[in-house]
Amino acid sequence: MILFAAPIFSLQLLIDGILIGAIFALAAYGMALVWGVMKIINFSQGEFVILGGFILFTLFKAGVNPFVGIPLAAIALYFVGLILYHIVIVRIVEQDLFISILATFGMAILLQQLMNQIFGADVQTVNPGLDTWFLFNNAITVLQIKVVSFFIAIILGGCLAAFLKKTRLGQAIRATAQDTRAARILGVDTNKVYATTFALNAAICGAAGALVVMTWVIQPFAGLAYTVRSFMIVIVAGLGNVAGVIFAGLGLGAVENFAGFILGAEFQTAFIFSLLVIILVGRNFKLRLRRKYLK
Amino acid sequence: MKINTIYYVLYGGIVILALIAPWLLPAYRTQLAFLWIMVVFALTWDTVGGQMGYNSFGNIVFFGIGMYVTAVVQRNIHYDIEEYVHVAGRVESLTPGEYLTGLFLGMGAGAIIAVAIAAILGACILAMGMRGQYFGICTLGLGVAAGELANGWEYIGAGSGLVTPVFPDGLGHRGVFFYYIFFITAVILFLILKWLYQGRFGLAINAIRDDEDKAEAMGIHTTRYKIVAWCLSAFFLSLAGGGAGHLIGFIDPTEVAFAGATFGVWMILMAILGGKGTLWGPVIGAVIFHITQEVTWTYLFGWQRVAMGALIVAIVVFFPMGIMGWMRERWPERFGHRVEEAQAFSTSKGGG
Repeated sequence: MILFAAPIFSLQLLIDGILIGAIFALAAYGMALVWGVMKIINFSQGEFVILGGFILFTLFKAGVNPFVGIPLAAIALYFVGLILYHIVIVRIVEQDLFISILATFGMAILLQQLMNQIFGADVQTVNPGLDTWFLFNNAITVLQIKVVSFFIAIILGGCLAAFLKKTRLGQAIRATAQDTRAARILGVDTNKVYATTFALNAAICGAAGALVVMTWVIQPFAGLAYTVRSFMIVIVAGLGNVAGVIFAGLGLGAVENFAGFILGAEFQTAFIFSLLVIILVGRNFKLRLRRKYLK
Repeated sequence: MKINTIYYVLYGGIVILALIAPWLLPAYRTQLAFLWIMVVFALTWDTVGGQMGYNSFGNIVFFGIGMYVTAVVQRNIHYDIEEYVHVAGRVESLTPGEYLTGLFLGMGAGAIIAVAIAAILGACILAMGMRGQYFGICTLGLGVAAGELANGWEYIGAGSGLVTPVFPDGLGHRGVFFYYIFFITAVILFLILKWLYQGRFGLAINAIRDDEDKAEAMGIHTTRYKIVAWCLSAFFLSLAGGGAGHLIGFIDPTEVAFAGATFGVWMILMAILGGKGTLWGPVIGAVIFHITQEVTWTYLFGWQRVAMGALIVAIVVFFPMGIMGWMRERWPERFGHRVEEAQAFSTSKGGG
């Protein structure tokens, strides 16, 4: 196999995977935030990502510098998130999980089909006009934009973590995550916290999507794969484990890149969803071993 | 006694209406055949999702398996595979006898394979105690993965799909033939479920929905019931799939067979619209949904799927109890519930 014959090629796949994995980790961080604070698994996560990508794509077509477009996409998605919160999420936030999964799933279909109608079903990308680095006698090529987006993703994640840690609103969000009722009794406006959390998550996804469209490609129907990736990362890392989310994200990026190379591009989607099933079954098996019986 | 007579008249009326429907509306025979597929969809989803509380997003897997197995059996016993694949089904057509043998053998094989797969998956997922949102997302992964695998598998036509044999002339109208196949499937399914829900099985799966740990502690073999319920829904879904593949005539891996974005979502939507966890709810939901969809679909010019997303959100957010749930809340005495003043407050908050 070429992977063993040419270890340098494996390194290429690893680097590409890890660089893209940072974006997955960013989206997963948002999902973990919403899940932890609002107890909602947001199934439209991937559609927020893709929508962010399309917004950057549109801005780029209109002549905006793509790096200026990243915050603009994030701001646009912040308001999309806020609107969706006030129309839909506010009504399902304290209902059982099935309702929230199905409602956000419906939102996902709605957004996906709207994007399909507005932007068309074609695969789109934005070329930010950066160079490529050639390392080890041209054996490894690294697109500069991938490195840049890696660091942007890490910085954004860091900013969000600092926001949650330091600011008053961030503390209110964390308090709500720990105990909603207690937070409410102590004067936290949980409705506002929920709205901010959901909108922040959407903004993060928008930024992630803006990075995706520059480093990779987007397509209206690619959203579900990002939702599933985020979900897998959160499951593997565990809720509330920020370091875990980062490592799981980078790991997933690498694994996916290797699998895509070994299995072929036509099985890449199948691989992601099969991996989801395997991870869930494995997680359950682990929990089962831990279960104690009285004999 | 009097209530019973009304019920018999109602049942008889529905059956007679259903039997003559293809001749009442000859232009819509295929759509009417699909109506019964929708009923099967909603009822099978509701067995696991509504009655047992295991909300599955991936029941479409069994539909697709039944469809593919039936088509492959039909192809393999009558044709040379190489030749068939290359001319895409345009080889000499089958006699009615050959067609029927292939179809029924295929549907039987499809049902056996689907039940076997459901049992294996049940042993991996349900028997391990996966529940709630994890079960839902796991089944979603199964549905998409199955479609993508079929999309890459050359033997069953990969992404270019599989064409089923041409419907032979001697069997009458294609729509009518399949109309009765689906009608019989749906009626048998309905009667089996009616019988099951009245007995121990129904109580057991309802107990699993309400509190699985408690049900287990009370001595119910929860794993056994869960797997049986899932296999039951797999069996009927695969039968529907086998027929549907031949009715449509062309099997696309992700748009027809493992069509999670359409059929897969519709089955949940229909069950919820009608009222999940009831016997008649899914039937009513399927009929209303299918008729509305067929009537409005063509007027929406490509915006149907957008409307579908909006509809899901609207139904789930504003009408989660469904039609039957709403009626139960409105006229509790008709459903045999005695509402006492003190209780009324708490039940009305629970949403049926």
